[in-house]
Amino acid sequence: MTRQRVPIALLVPAIGGLIFLVLPLAGLLWRTPWTTLLSRLTEPGVVQALRLSLLTASLATLLCLVLGVPLAWVLARVTFPGRRVVRALITVPLVLPPVVGGIALLLALGRRGLIGSWLDSTFGISLPFTTAGVVIAEAFVALPFLVISVEGALRGADTRFEEAAATLGATRWTTFTHVTLPLVAPGIAAGAVLCWARALGEFGATITFAGNYPGITQTMPLAVYQTMESGDLDGAVVLSLILLVVSVTILAGLRDRWLTAP
Amino acid sequence: MTLDAHLVVHRGGFRLDLELTIAAGETVALLGPNGAGKTTALRALAGLIPLTSGHVTLADRDLTEVPPERRRVGVVFQDYLLFPHLSARDNVAFGPRRHGADRRAAHEIADRWLARVGLTDFARRKPRHLSGGQAQRVALARALAVDPVLLLLDEPLAALDARTRLETRAELHRHLSAHPGATLLVTHDPLDALVLADRLVIVEDGRVVQEGDAATITAQPRTDYVAQLVGLNLYRGRGDGHVVHLEGGFALTATDVVHGDAFVAFPPAAVALHPARPDGSPRNTWPAVLTDIQRHGDNLRVRLDGPIVVAADITPAAAAHLDLAPGRELWAAVKASETRAYPVSS
Repeated sequence: MTRQRVPIALLVPAIGGLIFLVLPLAGLLWRTPWTTLLSRLTEPGVVQALRLSLLTASLATLLCLVLGVPLAWVLARVTFPGRRVVRALITVPLVLPPVVGGIALLLALGRRGLIGSWLDSTFGISLPFTTAGVVIAEAFVALPFLVISVEGALRGADTRFEEAAATLGATRWTTFTHVTLPLVAPGIAAGAVLCWARALGEFGATITFAGNYPGITQTMPLAVYQTMESGDLDGAVVLSLILLVVSVTILAGLRDRWLTAP
Repeated sequence: MTLDAHLVVHRGGFRLDLELTIAAGETVALLGPNGAGKTTALRALAGLIPLTSGHVTLADRDLTEVPPERRRVGVVFQDYLLFPHLSARDNVAFGPRRHGADRRAAHEIADRWLARVGLTDFARRKPRHLSGGQAQRVALARALAVDPVLLLLDEPLAALDARTRLETRAELHRHLSAHPGATLLVTHDPLDALVLADRLVIVEDGRVVQEGDAATITAQPRTDYVAQLVGLNLYRGRGDGHVVHLEGGFALTATDVVHGDAFVAFPPAAVALHPARPDGSPRNTWPAVLTDIQRHGDNLRVRLDGPIVVAADITPAAAAHLDLAPGRELWAAVKASETRAYPVSS
């Protein structure tokens, strides 16, 4: 075996980067009030916020899958004028500050918004400041992650399998469901995990578009923020720790199940 | 004719212009060097690329504008393209399912085909757990399971190692003979074409340069590519009785009589090499310079420069006797009786 030499100029910043990422987490653990942890965990507000977070993040991921996979397919497989513009538009929520996204959502879907007023007058539906609004805000922010990773998977997949399916009599739709989807399933799973993680941590768009009402729109990040604002640092630390543990556990579990190569 | 096609495809700088007819039960090999347009022709027949102009008629049905899924054309792709997430059985059942068979009927068809290619015991395996030869047979079964009117095979043996290739070729021959529809085999391997096909169509640069049965093509090649393929030295010139005058002034004598544009061909083994100008019988002699020596089976194949460029086969003993090395000056001789002359326009 040859010894791998790592240049010092790369090794030092690499270690620095690792410390930079891990140190804040260590700080969180260091400040955790371990003695009162159990009693704080069982506070009704905590469980409620956690449940709401998991529910809305999962619903947002579902929404992203339903809308995002077809969108990714169109971008990867159909040539149409303005495709580059569409692809650029999709990445906008990635670079937009989430708060701005929340305001944009209000202007579109708010009670006086672009289509929000129509939704309100025709169906009596009002999205802002509801749990559905939380799902919308999270999906808005998380959708690009899913579309980009699924489109990448589709572009990486060998389209000749789709041709083989066509010669065997499969229409484009059957080819999509029976060949393409199974082939890019790992990519879709990876995209869904990224999407879910992004939705779980969503703060800015949610608080702007859906507000901060315990039990209705107050997800964990919002609860952390409120607890911190009210001066209860220990409480904020406990909430953060829970969010950290839950998301890392779920991601690690999904990773083993979905993301390892067969 | 089951298949009657005129394929015209322009892609970038490449132009394919090919007329092709295949009868039911007939196997035609489309043979040509890499980049000749063989695969393009196959993909056009399958409907995977559109024709620039021309037509595809299959069993009296105009398919020119019909999408691939409604053509009833079976394709065995070069690297098989078995669906990696499906078992061998589900791969074969995929076509029948799409053509309206229910799950059970499709599986019955698949089992029957897998039995026919001798893979019943491998039905539940995923493609990645099949050997190259097995995967090739599953691909063939999958293509045949939809009862295609036209079966297309793209270099079906190219991905196999030499030993598997021999067995698979023989087996493929059996299945192709049993196939009632038309079969088009695309290959760059003359042996595949000679063993598997009833008729050969040779393409170069997107055009047919020669077609016919194996005997005619091996005896009378019409291009350098075909001549090399069948192992003959080939020259073109003007026939005047027994003599064919080549460009550059050299002339070859043959026993055949030709007039006008003509080819002259002789096998490398017909060329004899001498250290000095030979006397006596051979009608064709010329001075030559040796440029290259290579092993060729038990013999050596040498390349000679001179008034004509020639390949010659000689025994190692003869080579030692002649003290052969690149740059050596020799005399080459070919008997008129071993030289064939035939007109360019047949």
